[in-house]
Amino acid sequence: MSESTAPSVRVSRSRRSSIWMLVAGVVLLAALASLPYVVYANVTDLFVNFFILLTLGVTWNLLAGYAGLVSVGQQAYIGVGAYAVLVLAGDGMSPFLAIPLGALTAAIVSIPVSFIVLHLRGAYFAIATWVVAESFRLAVLRAPSLGGGTGATLYGLAGVDPAVREAFTYWAALAVAAATLIGCYVLLRTRFGLDLTAIRDNEVGARSVGVRIMQAKRIVYVVAAAGAGAAGALLIVSQLNVQAASIFSVQWSAYMIFVALIGGIGTVEGPILGTLAFFLLQQSLAERGAWYLIVVGAVAVLMAMFVPRGLWGLVGDRFRLRLFPTGYWVRPAR
Amino acid sequence: MSWVNAVVQGILLGGLYALFACGLSLMFGVMKVVNLAHGDFAVLAAYLALVIVSGFEVPILWSVLLVAPLFGLVGYVVQRFIIQRSLDVSPLTTLLVTFGLSIVIQNALLEAASANSESLQSGILASGSFQVAGLHVGYLSVLIFVTATAVIVGLQLFLSRTSLGRQLRAASDDQETASSVGVNVRHVFGVAAGIAFGTVALAGVAFGMYSSFDPAAGPQRLIFAFEAVVIGGMGSLWGTLLGGIVLGLAQVLGSQIDPGFGVLAGHIVFLAVLAFRPSGLIPQVAQAAQ
Repeated sequence: MSESTAPSVRVSRSRRSSIWMLVAGVVLLAALASLPYVVYANVTDLFVNFFILLTLGVTWNLLAGYAGLVSVGQQAYIGVGAYAVLVLAGDGMSPFLAIPLGALTAAIVSIPVSFIVLHLRGAYFAIATWVVAESFRLAVLRAPSLGGGTGATLYGLAGVDPAVREAFTYWAALAVAAATLIGCYVLLRTRFGLDLTAIRDNEVGARSVGVRIMQAKRIVYVVAAAGAGAAGALLIVSQLNVQAASIFSVQWSAYMIFVALIGGIGTVEGPILGTLAFFLLQQSLAERGAWYLIVVGAVAVLMAMFVPRGLWGLVGDRFRLRLFPTGYWVRPAR
Repeated sequence: MSWVNAVVQGILLGGLYALFACGLSLMFGVMKVVNLAHGDFAVLAAYLALVIVSGFEVPILWSVLLVAPLFGLVGYVVQRFIIQRSLDVSPLTTLLVTFGLSIVIQNALLEAASANSESLQSGILASGSFQVAGLHVGYLSVLIFVTATAVIVGLQLFLSRTSLGRQLRAASDDQETASSVGVNVRHVFGVAAGIAFGTVALAGVAFGMYSSFDPAAGPQRLIFAFEAVVIGGMGSLWGTLLGGIVLGLAQVLGSQIDPGFGVLAGHIVFLAVLAFRPSGLIPQVAQAAQ
């Protein structure tokens, strides 16, 4: 035992259970994809909102959970994504094809912004991103071609049968959410993901072992902007109109923060669980007006103070479970 | 002529922003904490003053005597039991927790009151004005500006001259050393938050007299307060007054150019300061931004 300095451990990136998770994931995705054939549009509408929230939660978690950037201004890119779809559809493009371009536009816009906000920390970063979102809102209000304060209607889907339109909206939302989740997972499994995890755990330590912090943060910021842009594009396609006051509302940041906080910041699984929890709360308290936000807000405050690792922190540790293994397993070799 | 008037109005509006901002500045200067529910607490104070004024039929200025000390108490409790606790988890947690508080307060106000906007009627104080060199200057904006200046002078004297103020500065500089010489750090932090919340109550009532408010008005107030603090330089109280004035001037001159451009002009000045001079006009804790 003592002389075995040669490989006495086996390192792997997945377990047998991971393969079953993969199979389950593919089955789940196929089941979700066939949903429009099975249920009515009111159910798929609910799922569209779920996927939008999931996309927002996952990308916000990437920002705050891994790069340490608590943004209160992602609604800036939700708005950019939505208005990009509005403009492209106005030029005659199919709104569904415009969704990826909405995400791309948000990503492009986020690059110059990142040069102002990314050298800030903590509250400076949080409020600066918020002010950027407010400035975007005020700029749109002053643009009559975008509908100004009264909002604008998305054309280009008028001739489409509502059932078909709703099914396509659903598939688009499912595709965006799945792409975001799988994209984040793949990103976190690469070497870059290792950099991010190092920054999450200790930024100074990460810097000292050669992680390029600023570059990593910029990539995360742009990726998160693309996610928010895709969510905004989905929002306008599902609602068929857009209003500056609601699309640039700080409420979106509240949703993202709650989803990530309740589920567990800094894990891939957390936002999924958080979106589920948020959705259940929202649906069960929907009749009670503002109460659901009071409850969700209070739950989030208590979770942040007493269960900082969120629901997934409790569940995942209890059952030694990893749905999306991004780390390494070390076992003794036989 | 109207430009001179705009400059005077901008400076006076800056007094309101400075009053909003000095609590934020104090809490950041001492605890390195930014309370994202700052604006919502101010709106809560305005609603409380409204209840007192209509319930007991007393003048607004009397209601301040009740609301400000009450908020001092609230501030102490919030600091000891919520902010300090989240600070112990991590600095980022304080942002998440106070943001959560902000959402809770906004929606609780929405449930308790309604989405309609309210205002604190102060009669002659709000509508009256006097003339100086052909300019009409409102009593209320002068009163607010004087209050803001008095609060800042008072805070400055408190921090530099009193024993508690010394303890605060010591605890802010080095918690461990301060507690080793007998400073009860958590208690003095609570006191600092209590004072900050007292000024928040003043600002909330002043703002309620100055313009109408509704449950969702808090975030906008927080943003203006934070902009004033950052433009002036985090942690410097005189900087905060200067920052408030710069912000007020930017907004009033902006809307002079084009109505509707005012708030945006303020944001642009703020973002420009962040981009080119992140430590503010009067740098004090310059390392905080970087």
